[in-house]
Amino acid sequence: MAEAAPHFGNPPALRRVSDGAGDRCVLTGAWNLRSLERRLVEFEHELARIAADADCGWDLRGVDVIDNAGAMLIWRAWGRRRVARLELKPEQVQLFKRMESSSAALPVTQHFDPLFALVYLGGKILRTIDHLVHMVLVLGQAVIETVGLLRHPQRIPWRELSANVYRTGTQALGITALVGFLIGVVLSYLSSQQLKLFGADAFIINILGVSVVRELGPVLAAILIAGRSGSAITAALGVMRVTQELDAMAVMGISHSLRLILPKMLALAIAMPLVVLWTDAVALLGGMVAARLELGIGYVYFLSSLPDAVPIANLWLGLGKGAVFGGMIALVACHFGLRIEPNTESLGIGTTNSVVTAITVVILVDAVFAILFKDIGIS
Amino acid sequence: MTAQNIIEIRGLWTQFGDFVVHRGIDLDVRYGEILSLVGGSGSGKTTMLRQMLGLERPARGEVRVFGTSLHGSDATALRHLRNRWGVLFQEGALFSALSVYDNIALPLRELRAVGEDMIRDLVMVKLEMVGIEPRHATKMPAELSGGMIKRIALARALALEPELIFLDEPTAGLDPDRSESFVTLIRELHRELNLTVVMVTHDLDTLVALSDRVAVLCDQRVEIIGTLDEVVANPHPFIRNFFMGERGRRALEAVKAVRDIMSMT
Repeated sequence: MAEAAPHFGNPPALRRVSDGAGDRCVLTGAWNLRSLERRLVEFEHELARIAADADCGWDLRGVDVIDNAGAMLIWRAWGRRRVARLELKPEQVQLFKRMESSSAALPVTQHFDPLFALVYLGGKILRTIDHLVHMVLVLGQAVIETVGLLRHPQRIPWRELSANVYRTGTQALGITALVGFLIGVVLSYLSSQQLKLFGADAFIINILGVSVVRELGPVLAAILIAGRSGSAITAALGVMRVTQELDAMAVMGISHSLRLILPKMLALAIAMPLVVLWTDAVALLGGMVAARLELGIGYVYFLSSLPDAVPIANLWLGLGKGAVFGGMIALVACHFGLRIEPNTESLGIGTTNSVVTAITVVILVDAVFAILFKDIGIS
Repeated sequence: MTAQNIIEIRGLWTQFGDFVVHRGIDLDVRYGEILSLVGGSGSGKTTMLRQMLGLERPARGEVRVFGTSLHGSDATALRHLRNRWGVLFQEGALFSALSVYDNIALPLRELRAVGEDMIRDLVMVKLEMVGIEPRHATKMPAELSGGMIKRIALARALALEPELIFLDEPTAGLDPDRSESFVTLIRELHRELNLTVVMVTHDLDTLVALSDRVAVLCDQRVEIIGTLDEVVANPHPFIRNFFMGERGRRALEAVKAVRDIMSMT
């Protein structure tokens, strides 16, 4: 076969000859990317030097094999036009024709737009408003579905609810315990260093109790759940969008709200207070261990003084915050999940945005709680 | 290795658990031909393609491409080998984070031998070759239609001037008109660039229009490999079903009609 093993041609070479027919540059060997690869720059200079002499003819009939890269190298040396005296093999004609037709066409470069900053800012604002509107729509739809469920309790999606509580609650116990315990230890250790100075050792119980039960427990749990379950919810809904599962549900007349969004919101609103309670307990345990080591406060004394130091209202406030955070995380995650476009890039962006927004929303809502309940639970 | 075989497969065994997919397969692909792999679903066509690409390792047996064994050669040899083939994946597998231009430029940039101006010119030639207008060069893959994705993926596969091209279901998901023009494109490029093409396809029209030889995978081995006429004459029930079903007959009749017209003129 003539074209068998074409890459085993001779190395590319060129030489300038002068004979009766005038000056010619004769090219031989394999002028393909693989043979040229290492000596590309060298040949570029060589060709340019010869091509500078416009009277020189070119003879490519000795070339064993030539590909687009080789042809392009020569074509560029010619200044992107056909030279006057050129001898080609018939199969090379098509190659140089293509060089001719493609070299005129280059991609348009983007021009600088003086209004870019304004358009960018405006776009951002409009998108934010759009997100808010859509989020309210999702929430409203979920409320309507809830009312419907209260009227027809037999339609409550128990299975989805239970599955979601398991996934977002039970499976998060390990990570929340680890983080809670360490935060408890650190907080207790650092506070006791300060309290020792004033001889106010016993107040470690007040500091730990109020800060963990009222503030740190709910916020820590919410941030962990937002990162863990929020991203999972967004990605799951996003994949369902990409694989058209959402469309399939819609055409069967199954409500996204009822089957997907509501169970997730309810499940997180149920699971979050429980996770908060668990995180509180483990963080207090960590604090208690550190207080014993640092200040010598006994476990029994710590536990028996805790109810006096921390009014019970703090616990209800913390659990209430947990429920609200859970609902908010699910709402944000579902909102971003539903808005993912059917492509892979959008999936990544949507998941990132979902987690960042969920954590921001949790901290904003926490600030609102702090202002609203500033007179409750702190003696 | 004999000089006219670009791929040689010897004694290939593939097994998933207890399920044997390939039972000692031998297969040669010759320089310059278009070889189609056909077989029922689950017959291991795609697995075999992935083994030829070195993406999967067979349980036993050897795959040699350009005379280099894919399993057991050193990394440098494999890297050189991978610059000599191009692959068109079924869904195109364009990098979604890169524009059309950057997708085609990527393999050239990775060579670290070609300057950026030259890359630009080469990318434009490749686009011209697959019939994509230059104005699409700045688009992202998400903005493209299925047919354009296939063409651009083909341009990327051709970026390094390969001698061997693998096509996985080249016309799947294209409408008849687009798939016709894609087949024509492949045929022209094959002739012009002296390519060797290995193709997995379900589509009878594509198969009939392009193949020099057809290899039929069934019952865990290559039932027959030969020209279309030889394969069609085989009495194996799968082959009879595949080619002599209504769709198969239609495709074959169409190609006969075209051949008759060609021979008359």
